[in-house]
Amino acid sequence: MEDLAANFLTKYNYWAFIALVMIGFYAMIVKRNLVKKIVGMNILQTAVILFYVSIGAKRDADLPIIAHGHGSASHAVHAADYINPLPHVLMLTAIVVSVATLGVAIALAIKIYRQYGTLEEDEIGERIRNA
Amino acid sequence: MNANLPELIVIIPLIGAFLITLAATVHGKLCFPLAAAILTGALVSAVGLLGRVLAEGVVEYHLAGWRPPWGIGYRVDPLNGLVLVVVAAVALINLLGTRPLVEKDFGDRLGPFYTLYVLFVTGLMGIVVTGDAFNLYVLLEIAAITGYALIGMGNPQRAPLAGLNYIFMGTIGASLYLLGVGYIYLVTGTLNMMDIAARLPALAGSRLVMTAFIFCIAGLCLKMGFFPLHAWLPNAYSHAPAAVSSLIAPLMTKVMVYVMIRIMLTVFDPGFTFGTMGVSRGMVWLAVAAILGGSILALGTRHLKRMLTYIIVAEVGYMVGGFWLGNRAGISGAALHIVNDAAMTLCVFLAAGTFFYKIGGESIDDLQGLFRKMPVSMAAFAVGGLSIIGVPPTCGFFSKWYLISGGLAAGQYAFVGALLFSSLVNLALFFRIFEIAFFEPFQEHHGAHGAPAGTARQEAPLQMLVPLVLTALGLVALGLYSGDMVSRLIEHAIPAGIV
Repeated sequence: MEDLAANFLTKYNYWAFIALVMIGFYAMIVKRNLVKKIVGMNILQTAVILFYVSIGAKRDADLPIIAHGHGSASHAVHAADYINPLPHVLMLTAIVVSVATLGVAIALAIKIYRQYGTLEEDEIGERIRNA
Repeated sequence: MNANLPELIVIIPLIGAFLITLAATVHGKLCFPLAAAILTGALVSAVGLLGRVLAEGVVEYHLAGWRPPWGIGYRVDPLNGLVLVVVAAVALINLLGTRPLVEKDFGDRLGPFYTLYVLFVTGLMGIVVTGDAFNLYVLLEIAAITGYALIGMGNPQRAPLAGLNYIFMGTIGASLYLLGVGYIYLVTGTLNMMDIAARLPALAGSRLVMTAFIFCIAGLCLKMGFFPLHAWLPNAYSHAPAAVSSLIAPLMTKVMVYVMIRIMLTVFDPGFTFGTMGVSRGMVWLAVAAILGGSILALGTRHLKRMLTYIIVAEVGYMVGGFWLGNRAGISGAALHIVNDAAMTLCVFLAAGTFFYKIGGESIDDLQGLFRKMPVSMAAFAVGGLSIIGVPPTCGFFSKWYLISGGLAAGQYAFVGALLFSSLVNLALFFRIFEIAFFEPFQEHHGAHGAPAGTARQEAPLQMLVPLVLTALGLVALGLYSGDMVSRLIEHAIPAGIV
């Protein structure tokens, strides 16, 4: 039990990632409202971003900017002193992707609303069957 | 120029897409010639690159001169060289063959349509050419997002809903793949495929690597519509505009199968993929379910495009099953089927678009008397159908032959049985259509074009017919050259350890 608590306290960011993934999946599978599903999709994407940001972080590490780097190449750089910038940079791209996905999804939701006057999946299904 | 071919393949359509948007502000009529020129450029580069791969072996390209693993590397071997040519050729032929359809549906929105079209092709070319696992994710999403938008432009009754469901499934798939890449990065510290491949064997027992493998494969299965994760596919493809379904249906699933082969054979070691993970048998059984499910669902519909989309579900089963047989014949068959299935899906979807253009109906009952009314397009459709059934000398026969011999060699008789069953179902499906089109007299249906009554010949315009007929002839040519393709290209892309 103590192990679990310690695990939770030291790795809370990963637990948050798992919780967010589950919330996202839950919303996309269970909710019948299309906008709620879109929100769930965005939570899922954000959770993945949190995961990547977490794997770049290090305890007691600094920003990956080498102070006095210019002209003072004599002292060694310890990778452990700096957080890993690569996953963070990757996530800039992933954020752009998720914004674009969100944009297209909302645009389609607007088209659906114009067509059926509702965003509830059940009502849309009923209207398609009656049409 | 020649040294930069791998880069040009992506850069030409990427910059071209923005030029199309600019050209649309001047005049909508400029978009089509520009798009045709761009895709021709991409096709010429792809063919040139394949020639280089044949002459020199694997071509590596370092973007902006940054050496991998620091920079992004493009890497072209015979397999993706071949797939690049297929993607560029299918996109160009479809562009030429659907012009009247596009002008009818999107007369006032030609700029956005052709921009999205070319961007979609950019994404696919990038997916195929790249040698970087994260770069692949980004290009995957470029192709997917433009694909969602293109599908959403279809019939306002159903297409936006189908597109939105596709977004949900596609995003889950891409997120799972991204997570898999993250796990790989966590243990190897690199994103370059060759670099990962060099470091993974030392970590073969790691549970993290296994998790990464499972995330990658689950994500890709969702993206390629592998049964039982196919639910988004029939709606998305059948409600899309005709010109879009004949672009996306041949390319998207096939490129995803290519990505699966690339990740499983190049990034993960074949010994790990087929041995340590122990999922091969399960995947082949799922493929059997995909083939049976797709075939049976195809029998249950009378909507032409919908029937063809269920056939795609079954064809994805062919390729995934063939790959997971894990022997040389099975993997060759899967790789060959990527090429053949892209060509035959293009052929039948182009023909379906031509029928739709002339008769306005999408049910197979609307095809009555079409052999007399539109003999050339119906003949091309028949060639496509025969190829899907697997009649020699069309190409469908040869890849099926490899798949069946792979199944026999691996002792997977259920897979062989499913292939034969699906051929029989396809026979029933296509001969049902041939019978309606041949024997039943033509009747006036929607009459959208004021077609004269009776059985007068009323072919589609020549600019639709020529690409369609070329595709149909291509199916026979691909069949005749399939032995060469396997021995000169595909054989060299399969790791030597696989027998």
